[in-house]
Amino acid sequence: MAKLAAVLATTHHPFYLKATTAPADQQIPEAPEWKRKVEAYRDTLTKAEPELLVMVGADHFHQFFLDNYPQFLIGKSPRYDATFYNEEREFGIPKYILEGHEDLSNFMHKGLLARGFDFAFSNELKLDHSIICPIITTRPQADLPVVPIYTNIFAPPLPSPKRFWDLGRAIREIIDEYPSEKRIAAIGSGHLSLELGGPRQFRETGPDPEFDRQAIEWLSTGNIDAILANVTHESMARSGNATHGFMDLILMMGIAGPIPAAYSDSLSLFHTMEAYITWYPEGAAQ
Amino acid sequence: MSRYYVNKFLFTVDRDPELLRRYKEDPRSLVTTWEQSIGPKLNDVERSTVHSLTEAERDALINHDIVALFEMGAHFFLSLTIFIAIYDEDWMQKYGPLSFQRDFAKRLAHWEGRDYPPVGE
Repeated sequence: MAKLAAVLATTHHPFYLKATTAPADQQIPEAPEWKRKVEAYRDTLTKAEPELLVMVGADHFHQFFLDNYPQFLIGKSPRYDATFYNEEREFGIPKYILEGHEDLSNFMHKGLLARGFDFAFSNELKLDHSIICPIITTRPQADLPVVPIYTNIFAPPLPSPKRFWDLGRAIREIIDEYPSEKRIAAIGSGHLSLELGGPRQFRETGPDPEFDRQAIEWLSTGNIDAILANVTHESMARSGNATHGFMDLILMMGIAGPIPAAYSDSLSLFHTMEAYITWYPEGAAQ
Repeated sequence: MSRYYVNKFLFTVDRDPELLRRYKEDPRSLVTTWEQSIGPKLNDVERSTVHSLTEAERDALINHDIVALFEMGAHFFLSLTIFIAIYDEDWMQKYGPLSFQRDFAKRLAHWEGRDYPPVGE
Protein backbone atom coordinates (compact mmCIF):
# COMPACT_ATOMS: atom_id res chain seq x y z
CA MET A 1 0.00 0.00 0.00
CA ALA A 2 1.06 3.60 -0.55
CA LYS A 3 2.75 5.46 2.27
CA LEU A 4 1.54 8.90 3.30
CA ALA A 5 4.94 10.48 3.75
CA ALA A 6 3.87 14.00 4.76
CA VAL A 7 0.90 16.35 4.91
CA LEU A 8 1.53 20.05 4.43
CA ALA A 9 -0.96 22.86 5.08
CA THR A 10 0.14 26.32 4.09
CA THR A 11 -1.12 29.72 3.15
CA HIS A 12 -0.46 30.76 -0.43
CA HIS A 13 0.85 34.27 -0.75
CA PRO A 14 0.96 34.91 -4.50
CA PHE A 15 3.65 37.58 -4.14
CA TYR A 16 6.29 35.30 -2.57
CA LEU A 17 8.22 34.72 -5.79
CA LYS A 18 8.10 38.36 -6.85
CA ALA A 19 9.01 39.60 -3.36
CA THR A 20 12.01 37.33 -2.96
CA THR A 21 13.45 37.57 -6.47
CA ALA A 22 13.25 41.34 -6.91
CA PRO A 23 16.56 43.22 -6.87
CA ALA A 24 17.69 43.55 -3.24
CA ASP A 25 17.16 47.31 -3.15
CA GLN A 26 13.53 46.86 -4.23
CA GLN A 27 12.63 44.06 -1.83
CA ILE A 28 10.29 44.50 1.11
CA PRO A 29 12.19 44.38 4.43
CA GLU A 30 10.66 41.00 5.34
CA ALA A 31 11.85 39.30 2.12
CA PRO A 32 15.03 37.65 3.49
CA GLU A 33 13.24 36.24 6.54
CA TRP A 34 10.32 35.14 4.36
CA LYS A 35 12.72 33.25 2.07
CA ARG A 36 14.47 31.60 5.03
CA LYS A 37 11.20 30.43 6.50
CA VAL A 38 9.91 29.09 3.19
CA GLU A 39 13.14 27.20 2.56
CA ALA A 40 13.05 25.70 6.06
CA TYR A 41 9.47 24.65 5.38
CA ARG A 42 10.47 23.16 2.05
CA ASP A 43 12.90 20.90 3.89
CA THR A 44 9.99 19.30 5.74
CA LEU A 45 8.71 18.03 2.40
CA THR A 46 12.09 17.21 0.89
CA LYS A 47 13.12 14.98 3.76
CA ALA A 48 9.90 12.99 3.45
CA GLU A 49 11.14 11.94 -0.01
CA PRO A 50 7.76 12.16 -1.76
CA GLU A 51 7.24 10.57 -5.17
CA LEU A 52 3.69 11.72 -5.86
CA LEU A 53 1.71 14.75 -4.68
CA VAL A 54 -1.97 15.15 -3.88
CA MET A 55 -2.51 18.90 -4.16
CA VAL A 56 -5.48 20.73 -2.63
CA GLY A 57 -6.45 24.23 -3.71
CA ALA A 58 -9.31 26.35 -4.99
CA ASP A 59 -9.88 27.94 -8.37
CA HIS A 60 -10.08 31.75 -8.07
CA PHE A 61 -12.42 32.25 -11.05
CA HIS A 62 -9.72 31.28 -13.51
CA GLN A 63 -11.13 28.18 -15.15
CA PHE A 64 -14.42 28.03 -13.23
CA PHE A 65 -17.02 30.76 -12.93
CA LEU A 66 -20.49 31.24 -11.48
CA ASP A 67 -22.14 29.63 -14.51
CA ASN A 68 -20.79 26.27 -13.33
CA TYR A 69 -18.77 26.30 -10.14
CA PRO A 70 -18.00 22.91 -8.56
CA GLN A 71 -18.13 22.42 -4.77
CA PHE A 72 -15.43 19.75 -5.05
CA LEU A 73 -13.55 18.71 -8.17
CA ILE A 74 -10.71 16.35 -9.03
CA GLY A 75 -8.34 16.65 -11.97
CA LYS A 76 -7.90 13.51 -14.08
CA SER A 77 -5.49 14.64 -16.76
CA PRO A 78 -2.17 13.16 -17.85
CA ARG A 79 -0.67 16.61 -17.32
CA TYR A 80 -1.65 20.08 -16.18
CA ASP A 81 -0.85 23.50 -17.51
CA ALA A 82 -0.66 26.13 -14.83
CA THR A 83 -0.88 29.88 -14.35
CA PHE A 84 -3.42 32.04 -16.13
CA TYR A 85 -2.74 35.30 -17.97
CA ASN A 86 -4.22 37.43 -15.19
CA GLU A 87 -2.07 35.68 -12.58
CA GLU A 88 1.08 36.34 -14.57
CA ARG A 89 -0.04 39.94 -14.92
CA GLU A 90 -0.86 40.56 -11.27
CA PHE A 91 1.53 38.29 -9.38
CA GLY A 92 4.39 37.68 -11.79
CA ILE A 93 3.97 33.90 -11.47
CA PRO A 94 5.45 31.99 -14.43
CA LYS A 95 3.73 29.26 -16.39
CA TYR A 96 4.32 25.64 -15.40
CA ILE A 97 3.47 22.22 -16.74
CA LEU A 98 3.00 19.53 -14.11
CA GLU A 99 2.74 15.84 -14.84
CA GLY A 100 -0.48 14.21 -13.72
CA HIS A 101 -1.09 10.73 -12.36
CA GLU A 102 -4.21 9.30 -13.96
CA ASP A 103 -4.14 6.06 -12.02
CA LEU A 104 -4.29 7.76 -8.61
CA SER A 105 -6.76 10.36 -9.93
CA ASN A 106 -9.13 7.55 -10.98
CA PHE A 107 -8.60 5.58 -7.79
CA MET A 108 -9.18 8.73 -5.72
CA HIS A 109 -12.28 9.73 -7.68
CA LYS A 110 -13.91 6.30 -7.30
CA GLY A 111 -12.93 6.16 -3.64
CA LEU A 112 -14.49 9.55 -3.00
CA LEU A 113 -17.74 8.57 -4.74
CA ALA A 114 -17.84 5.36 -2.69
CA ARG A 115 -17.54 7.45 0.48
CA GLY A 116 -20.39 9.82 -0.38
CA PHE A 117 -18.35 12.64 -1.93
CA ASP A 118 -19.88 13.12 -5.36
CA PHE A 119 -17.01 14.98 -6.98
CA ALA A 120 -17.08 16.86 -10.23
CA PHE A 121 -14.10 16.06 -12.43
CA SER A 122 -12.08 17.62 -15.20
CA ASN A 123 -9.99 16.03 -17.91
CA GLU A 124 -8.65 19.42 -18.95
CA LEU A 125 -7.89 21.32 -15.79
CA LYS A 126 -5.55 24.27 -15.78
CA LEU A 127 -4.12 24.95 -12.34
CA ASP A 128 -4.13 28.33 -10.68
CA HIS A 129 -1.94 29.91 -8.02
CA SER A 130 -3.62 28.02 -5.17
CA ILE A 131 -1.66 25.00 -6.37
CA ILE A 132 1.31 26.66 -8.05
CA CYS A 133 2.21 28.84 -5.05
CA PRO A 134 2.83 25.80 -2.83
CA ILE A 135 4.75 24.17 -5.70
CA ILE A 136 6.95 27.27 -5.84
CA THR A 137 7.50 27.28 -2.09
CA THR A 138 7.75 23.55 -1.31
CA ARG A 139 8.82 21.84 -4.56
CA PRO A 140 10.13 24.51 -6.92
CA GLN A 141 11.68 21.96 -9.26
CA ALA A 142 8.05 20.94 -10.03
CA ASP A 143 9.24 17.45 -10.88
CA LEU A 144 6.61 15.22 -9.27
CA PRO A 145 3.29 14.04 -10.70
CA VAL A 146 0.24 15.59 -9.08
CA VAL A 147 -3.39 14.78 -8.40
CA PRO A 148 -5.19 18.11 -7.99
CA ILE A 149 -8.28 18.52 -5.84
CA TYR A 150 -10.26 21.75 -5.88
CA THR A 151 -12.67 22.91 -3.22
CA ASN A 152 -15.11 25.78 -3.08
CA ILE A 153 -13.99 28.29 -0.45
CA PHE A 154 -14.94 31.16 -2.66
CA ALA A 155 -18.41 31.16 -4.22
CA PRO A 156 -21.17 30.93 -1.56
CA PRO A 157 -23.00 28.87 -0.49
CA LEU A 158 -19.96 26.88 0.69
CA PRO A 159 -19.67 23.41 2.19
CA SER A 160 -19.33 23.40 5.99
CA PRO A 161 -16.02 23.27 7.91
CA LYS A 162 -17.02 19.78 9.07
CA ARG A 163 -17.44 18.70 5.46
CA PHE A 164 -13.87 19.80 4.71
CA TRP A 165 -12.60 17.81 7.69
CA ASP A 166 -14.59 14.73 6.63
CA LEU A 167 -13.29 15.08 3.08
CA GLY A 168 -9.74 15.13 4.41
CA ARG A 169 -10.45 11.97 6.39
CA ALA A 170 -11.83 10.28 3.25
CA ILE A 171 -8.81 11.30 1.17
CA ARG A 172 -6.58 9.81 3.86
CA GLU A 173 -8.39 6.46 3.74
CA ILE A 174 -8.08 6.37 -0.03
CA ILE A 175 -4.36 7.16 0.03
CA ASP A 176 -3.87 4.43 2.63
CA GLU A 177 -5.69 1.95 0.39
CA TYR A 178 -3.94 2.89 -2.84
CA PRO A 179 -2.18 -0.23 -4.13
CA SER A 180 1.25 1.22 -4.79
CA GLU A 181 4.62 1.39 -3.15
CA LYS A 182 4.79 5.13 -3.80
CA ARG A 183 5.48 7.68 -1.09
CA ILE A 184 2.68 10.21 -1.34
CA ALA A 185 2.66 13.69 0.13
CA ALA A 186 -0.48 15.80 0.40
CA ILE A 187 -0.03 19.54 0.10
CA GLY A 188 -2.85 22.01 0.45
CA SER A 189 -3.02 25.75 0.49
CA GLY A 190 -5.55 28.16 1.91
CA HIS A 191 -5.64 31.23 4.09
CA LEU A 192 -5.72 32.45 7.62
CA SER A 193 -7.69 35.67 8.14
CA LEU A 194 -7.82 37.51 4.86
CA GLU A 195 -9.67 40.45 3.36
CA LEU A 196 -9.85 41.01 -0.40
CA GLY A 197 -11.71 43.85 -2.03
CA GLY A 198 -13.04 45.13 1.29
CA PRO A 199 -12.32 47.82 3.91
CA ARG A 200 -9.79 45.73 5.86
CA GLN A 201 -7.52 44.77 2.95
CA PHE A 202 -3.77 45.42 2.69
CA ARG A 203 -3.15 46.54 6.25
CA GLU A 204 0.08 46.09 8.14
CA THR A 205 -1.15 42.68 9.32
CA GLY A 206 -3.97 40.34 8.37
CA PRO A 207 -7.44 41.55 9.38
CA ASP A 208 -7.67 39.31 12.48
CA PRO A 209 -4.29 38.46 14.04
CA GLU A 210 -6.00 36.89 17.06
CA PHE A 211 -7.82 34.40 14.82
CA ASP A 212 -4.53 33.72 13.03
CA ARG A 213 -2.74 32.93 16.29
CA GLN A 214 -5.59 30.70 17.42
CA ALA A 215 -5.87 28.93 14.05
CA ILE A 216 -2.17 28.07 14.00
CA GLU A 217 -2.45 26.75 17.57
CA TRP A 218 -5.41 24.55 16.59
CA LEU A 219 -3.67 23.20 13.50
CA SER A 220 -0.36 22.56 15.20
CA THR A 221 -2.01 20.65 18.06
CA GLY A 222 -4.45 18.72 15.85
CA ASN A 223 -7.37 20.20 17.77
CA ILE A 224 -10.25 19.58 15.39
CA ASP A 225 -12.80 19.73 18.22
CA ALA A 226 -11.89 23.34 18.96
CA ILE A 227 -11.99 24.21 15.27
CA LEU A 228 -15.42 22.71 14.74
CA ALA A 229 -16.70 24.31 17.96
CA ASN A 230 -15.47 27.77 17.00
CA VAL A 231 -15.22 28.13 13.24
CA THR A 232 -18.32 28.79 11.16
CA HIS A 233 -18.89 30.55 7.85
CA GLU A 234 -20.09 33.56 9.84
CA SER A 235 -17.11 33.61 12.22
CA MET A 236 -14.72 33.41 9.28
CA ALA A 237 -16.51 36.31 7.56
CA ARG A 238 -16.05 38.38 10.72
CA SER A 239 -12.30 37.64 10.54
CA GLY A 240 -12.10 38.81 6.92
CA ASN A 241 -14.22 38.29 3.83
CA ALA A 242 -11.81 35.74 2.27
CA THR A 243 -10.99 33.83 5.47
CA HIS A 244 -12.99 30.82 4.27
CA GLY A 245 -9.79 29.52 2.66
CA PHE A 246 -9.02 28.32 6.18
CA MET A 247 -11.29 25.37 5.40
CA ASP A 248 -8.66 23.98 3.04
CA LEU A 249 -6.24 23.93 5.98
CA ILE A 250 -8.90 22.05 7.98
CA LEU A 251 -9.12 19.59 5.08
CA MET A 252 -5.36 19.05 5.23
CA MET A 253 -5.51 18.36 8.95
CA GLY A 254 -8.25 15.87 8.09
CA ILE A 255 -5.77 14.01 5.88
CA ALA A 256 -3.21 14.01 8.69
CA GLY A 257 -5.72 13.20 11.44
CA PRO A 258 -6.19 14.82 14.86
CA ILE A 259 -2.51 14.67 15.72
CA PRO A 260 0.08 17.30 16.62
CA ALA A 261 2.01 18.76 13.74
CA ALA A 262 5.70 17.91 13.46
CA TYR A 263 6.49 21.40 12.22
CA SER A 264 4.72 24.71 12.62
CA ASP A 265 5.91 28.16 11.68
CA SER A 266 4.35 31.47 10.75
CA LEU A 267 5.25 34.91 9.50
CA SER A 268 3.27 38.08 9.89
CA LEU A 269 3.38 40.09 6.67
CA PHE A 270 1.48 43.07 5.38
CA HIS A 271 -2.03 41.99 4.45
CA THR A 272 -1.82 38.47 5.90
CA MET A 273 -0.23 35.97 8.27
CA GLU A 274 1.62 33.14 6.61
CA ALA A 275 1.36 29.63 8.11
CA TYR A 276 3.62 26.65 7.44
CA ILE A 277 2.40 23.39 9.01
CA THR A 278 3.64 19.82 8.38
CA TRP A 279 2.41 16.53 9.81
CA TYR A 280 4.13 13.15 9.46
CA PRO A 281 1.15 10.86 10.13
CA GLU A 282 3.22 7.69 9.92
CA GLY A 283 6.09 8.93 12.03
CA ALA A 284 9.01 11.23 11.41
CA ALA A 285 10.34 11.43 7.90
CA GLN A 286 13.38 9.30 7.31
CA MET B 1 -30.81 43.33 -10.99
CA SER B 2 -28.22 40.77 -12.00
CA ARG B 3 -25.31 40.39 -9.66
CA TYR B 4 -24.37 37.39 -11.80
CA TYR B 5 -24.13 39.53 -14.93
CA VAL B 6 -22.00 42.16 -13.21
CA ASN B 7 -19.66 39.37 -12.14
CA LYS B 8 -19.69 37.95 -15.67
CA PHE B 9 -18.57 41.33 -16.95
CA LEU B 10 -15.69 41.50 -14.45
CA PHE B 11 -14.72 37.89 -15.11
CA THR B 12 -14.71 38.08 -18.90
CA VAL B 13 -12.93 41.43 -19.10
CA ASP B 14 -10.26 40.67 -16.49
CA ARG B 15 -9.11 37.53 -18.31
CA ASP B 16 -8.74 39.19 -21.74
CA PRO B 17 -5.91 41.72 -22.21
CA GLU B 18 -7.60 43.50 -25.12
CA LEU B 19 -10.95 43.91 -23.34
CA LEU B 20 -9.11 45.05 -20.24
CA ARG B 21 -7.24 47.71 -22.21
CA ARG B 22 -10.51 48.99 -23.66
CA TYR B 23 -12.17 48.96 -20.21
CA LYS B 24 -9.36 51.12 -18.90
CA GLU B 25 -9.28 53.55 -21.81
CA ASP B 26 -12.95 53.92 -22.68
CA PRO B 27 -15.18 52.12 -20.19
CA ARG B 28 -18.47 53.41 -21.63
CA SER B 29 -17.69 52.09 -25.08
CA LEU B 30 -16.48 48.75 -23.76
CA VAL B 31 -19.54 48.26 -21.55
CA THR B 32 -21.77 48.92 -24.59
CA THR B 33 -19.84 46.43 -26.70
CA TRP B 34 -19.91 43.91 -23.90
CA GLU B 35 -23.67 44.13 -23.45
CA GLN B 36 -24.23 43.75 -27.19
CA SER B 37 -21.90 40.96 -28.11
CA ILE B 38 -19.96 39.47 -25.17
CA GLY B 39 -22.31 39.27 -22.19
CA PRO B 40 -24.97 37.15 -23.94
CA LYS B 41 -22.45 34.54 -25.13
CA LEU B 42 -22.71 31.07 -23.64
CA ASN B 43 -20.08 29.82 -26.10
CA ASP B 44 -19.02 30.65 -29.66
CA VAL B 45 -22.39 29.58 -31.02
CA GLU B 46 -24.97 29.74 -28.24
CA ARG B 47 -26.54 32.92 -26.84
CA SER B 48 -28.31 33.37 -23.51
CA THR B 49 -31.40 35.55 -23.09
CA VAL B 50 -31.44 35.32 -19.30
CA HIS B 51 -29.51 38.29 -17.94
CA SER B 52 -29.18 42.01 -18.44
CA LEU B 53 -27.65 44.93 -16.56
CA THR B 54 -29.77 47.44 -14.69
CA GLU B 55 -29.02 51.10 -15.16
CA ALA B 56 -27.31 51.22 -11.75
CA GLU B 57 -25.15 48.21 -12.61
CA ARG B 58 -24.22 49.67 -15.98
CA ASP B 59 -23.30 53.00 -14.38
CA ALA B 60 -21.20 51.27 -11.69
CA LEU B 61 -19.23 49.42 -14.36
CA ILE B 62 -18.82 52.49 -16.58
CA ASN B 63 -17.64 54.61 -13.64
CA HIS B 64 -15.28 51.97 -12.19
CA ASP B 65 -17.37 52.57 -9.07
CA ILE B 66 -15.76 50.28 -6.52
CA VAL B 67 -18.15 51.22 -3.72
CA ALA B 68 -21.31 50.70 -5.78
CA LEU B 69 -20.02 47.35 -7.03
CA PHE B 70 -19.21 46.24 -3.46
CA GLU B 71 -22.64 47.32 -2.30
CA MET B 72 -24.44 45.42 -5.05
CA GLY B 73 -22.56 42.24 -4.08
CA ALA B 74 -20.04 42.00 -6.91
CA HIS B 75 -17.52 39.32 -5.97
CA PHE B 76 -14.68 40.87 -3.99
CA PHE B 77 -11.95 38.91 -5.78
CA LEU B 78 -13.12 39.90 -9.26
CA SER B 79 -13.52 43.52 -8.29
CA LEU B 80 -10.13 43.76 -6.60
CA THR B 81 -8.28 42.00 -9.40
CA ILE B 82 -9.67 44.01 -12.27
CA PHE B 83 -9.19 47.39 -10.61
CA ILE B 84 -5.65 46.52 -9.55
CA ALA B 85 -5.02 45.76 -13.22
CA ILE B 86 -6.42 49.14 -14.20
CA TYR B 87 -5.04 51.41 -11.47
CA ASP B 88 -2.18 49.84 -9.50
CA GLU B 89 0.70 50.73 -11.79
CA ASP B 90 -0.30 54.38 -12.23
CA TRP B 91 -0.94 54.85 -8.51
CA MET B 92 2.30 53.12 -7.58
CA GLN B 93 4.27 55.59 -9.68
CA LYS B 94 2.44 58.57 -8.21
CA TYR B 95 1.88 57.56 -4.59
CA GLY B 96 3.97 54.44 -3.88
CA PRO B 97 3.37 50.70 -3.44
CA LEU B 98 -0.10 49.53 -2.37
CA SER B 99 -1.47 53.08 -2.48
CA PHE B 100 -4.33 52.07 -4.75
CA GLN B 101 -5.21 49.01 -2.66
CA ARG B 102 -5.27 51.10 0.52
CA ASP B 103 -7.38 53.82 -1.06
CA PHE B 104 -9.76 51.11 -2.30
CA ALA B 105 -10.10 49.95 1.33
CA LYS B 106 -10.60 53.51 2.58
CA ARG B 107 -13.46 54.10 0.18
CA LEU B 108 -15.23 51.14 1.81
CA ALA B 109 -14.42 52.17 5.41
CA HIS B 110 -18.09 52.72 6.23
CA TRP B 111 -18.60 48.95 5.93
CA GLU B 112 -16.09 47.98 8.61
CA GLY B 113 -17.76 46.20 11.51
CA ARG B 114 -20.97 45.62 9.52
CA ASP B 115 -22.16 42.56 7.62
CA TYR B 116 -21.01 43.06 4.05
CA PRO B 117 -23.51 42.83 1.20
CA PRO B 118 -23.69 39.14 0.29
CA VAL B 119 -21.71 37.96 -2.76
CA GLY B 120 -23.78 34.78 -3.06
CA GLU B 121 -26.43 32.63 -1.35
